[in-house]
Amino acid sequence: MTLITQVIFVVVMAIPTYLIVKRIRQIRGNILRGKPLDRSDQPAARWKSMLLVAFGQQKMFKKPIPAFLHLLIYVGFLVINLEVMEFMIDGLLGTHRTFAPYLGSFYNVAMNFFEFLALGVLISCVTFLIRRNVIKVPRFTKPEMKGWPAMDGNLILIIEIALMMAIFKMNAADQVLQARGVEGYHDTGRLLISSSLIPIFNLFGTGLLVFTERAAWWFHIVGIMAFALYVTYSKHLHIFLAFPNTYYSNLNAKGKIQNMDAVTNEVKSMLGLPVEAAPANPEEIGRFGAKDAPDLSWKSLMESYTCTECGRCTAECPANLTGKTLSPRKIMMDTRDRIEEIGQGKGEGKSLLGDYITKEEINACTSCNACTEACPINIDPLAIILEMKRYVAMEESGSPASWNAMFANIETNFAPWKFAPSDRFKWAEELNNEKK
Amino acid sequence: MSETTIKAPTVAELQSKGESPEILFWVGCAGSFDDRYKRVTIAFTKILNHLGVNFAVLGPEESCTGDPARRAGNEFLFQMQAMSNIQLLDMYQVKKIVTACPHCFNTLKNEYPDLGGNYEVIHHTTFLQEMLNNGRLKIAGGDYKGQKITYHDSCYLGRANGVYEAPRELLKSLDADLVEMKRCKTKGLCCGAGGGQMFKDAEKGNKEINIARTEEALDTGAKVIAAACPFCMTMMSDGVKNKEKEQDVKVKDIAELIQESMG
Repeated sequence: MTLITQVIFVVVMAIPTYLIVKRIRQIRGNILRGKPLDRSDQPAARWKSMLLVAFGQQKMFKKPIPAFLHLLIYVGFLVINLEVMEFMIDGLLGTHRTFAPYLGSFYNVAMNFFEFLALGVLISCVTFLIRRNVIKVPRFTKPEMKGWPAMDGNLILIIEIALMMAIFKMNAADQVLQARGVEGYHDTGRLLISSSLIPIFNLFGTGLLVFTERAAWWFHIVGIMAFALYVTYSKHLHIFLAFPNTYYSNLNAKGKIQNMDAVTNEVKSMLGLPVEAAPANPEEIGRFGAKDAPDLSWKSLMESYTCTECGRCTAECPANLTGKTLSPRKIMMDTRDRIEEIGQGKGEGKSLLGDYITKEEINACTSCNACTEACPINIDPLAIILEMKRYVAMEESGSPASWNAMFANIETNFAPWKFAPSDRFKWAEELNNEKK
Repeated sequence: MSETTIKAPTVAELQSKGESPEILFWVGCAGSFDDRYKRVTIAFTKILNHLGVNFAVLGPEESCTGDPARRAGNEFLFQMQAMSNIQLLDMYQVKKIVTACPHCFNTLKNEYPDLGGNYEVIHHTTFLQEMLNNGRLKIAGGDYKGQKITYHDSCYLGRANGVYEAPRELLKSLDADLVEMKRCKTKGLCCGAGGGQMFKDAEKGNKEINIARTEEALDTGAKVIAAACPFCMTMMSDGVKNKEKEQDVKVKDIAELIQESMG
């Protein structure tokens, strides 16, 4: 019998593993559709950013309550995976609680610790469900959250609750079986949280208990694999991508805008300046700025998959706060939806700018960096907005009329306003008048 | 100060005498043309004179840094401006630049190096803080002692470049009662003018950003809203006017507050 379950176990693990690997390749391929951007410098600073921001959750603590609840889930996720290791070994070898005989009384300590974390995860998930659906925290109820995004958020929380409940059920049934002296159930000692379910399980016959214990075990391990696959199609992908995303963070001052070297070469030749190190085989310049998702850098595309739609960016965005259509979170969601569509070979004739994101949205951006500051994992929606503004200004000449007037003023008067350049120093006359 | 003349020499003038300034005061377009902001330029010039700083301005040779063009997407125009400014600055062998405009500051400091323009660039609040710390600048206090002042963080000074403390230290040196708005420092709310917004109407919404920000400033009960950016100055002044509070609440640049309180 055990051999059959071992074979079933291997098959049940192999199918989602295959699908996950396939999906990861797909996502990687989509990210690499983006334009090159060199983020390989300063490895020490990059590791530091990853350790502090992703591993250490540094930026989460701007909001202490969600930060604490999120931390419980995060630590629970990391630590309970140790228990999953035992699940894997048991599944493969057909054993039951492989580690119990070896760890002695420490096994009880470990299991109690896992149960304590599982309870923490459970409480956090329930609180998060209440925040989303009952209290309706404003950032979860913006227009871009209607439909699937809201459902996605709830599903993740419900799945996590179900997975944690399975641990408790499994442990409670196991303890009753131990007490009844059924063969093959190692002494785990008293498990503080799950033992509160013992009165219920005491009513079960031994056969039903064995079934319950096994069912909970399978539910947990299969659930984890199914969840891992689901994650790759969900906003929840941040649990993995937060790490590379913070490693490849923008390390420059937030106010600095990335230079367009292709433009530099053109401007230099226009001004009659020597063009340094002209590339031997000039790369095709393509488009100035971004009209569609592949015109963005790979980092922007990676960020779109990393975004977990928490909406802290949008909650801080001055344009959004004053009722404009711009929402930095929507920019990230649209970018991901569009690159996914392209990856599936669909949506020909469509583009990110126009079909997903409107000029009205991007024009409202004050480039104040509130969104990039607010993001707990260093996502930069401003980079995407800027690339689109560049496309509109340079490829379409489609900027708002008053911006075009401002451009013309800078060109002719060397100031964004229509003043004579010769009047630029007039303030000095006022200085002289004033001091008399 | 009245017995000595206040000077604002141009770099060209100094060069014709075979001299060169230690510091270039980059005035910026708002500082040159905006009637309200010209008073900040004048206040800062008076401070530089008072401190005996060897400085000069570019005067009629100065030109827009290109910041609003770049942020509105016109990279060509930005780079044209940047490269001609860099040629001029390099011709005058400028090493150190001080400016009252956070947009000029950010662009000169962070963006010109990519195009070959490398200078030490500081904002006037950092410059004044240094002068205060090394004892050259002495504040007599007086007018603003105990007065409620709130400081509006400029995005391009704060979040963009991490300058949060210099303006606050200067205000504290006035013995003023510095009160913070609901949103401040890293969480500061934009005045609504950055990213080229100064030069066009806002998109449709339910409120103007500057009104929202002014409400936060007025909520503190401060009598003075201190700004450190020409765009913030305009937006906050408009907001105060909109709320019909211009009799009770003044919007002032930190340089003006310091100049009024100098010994």
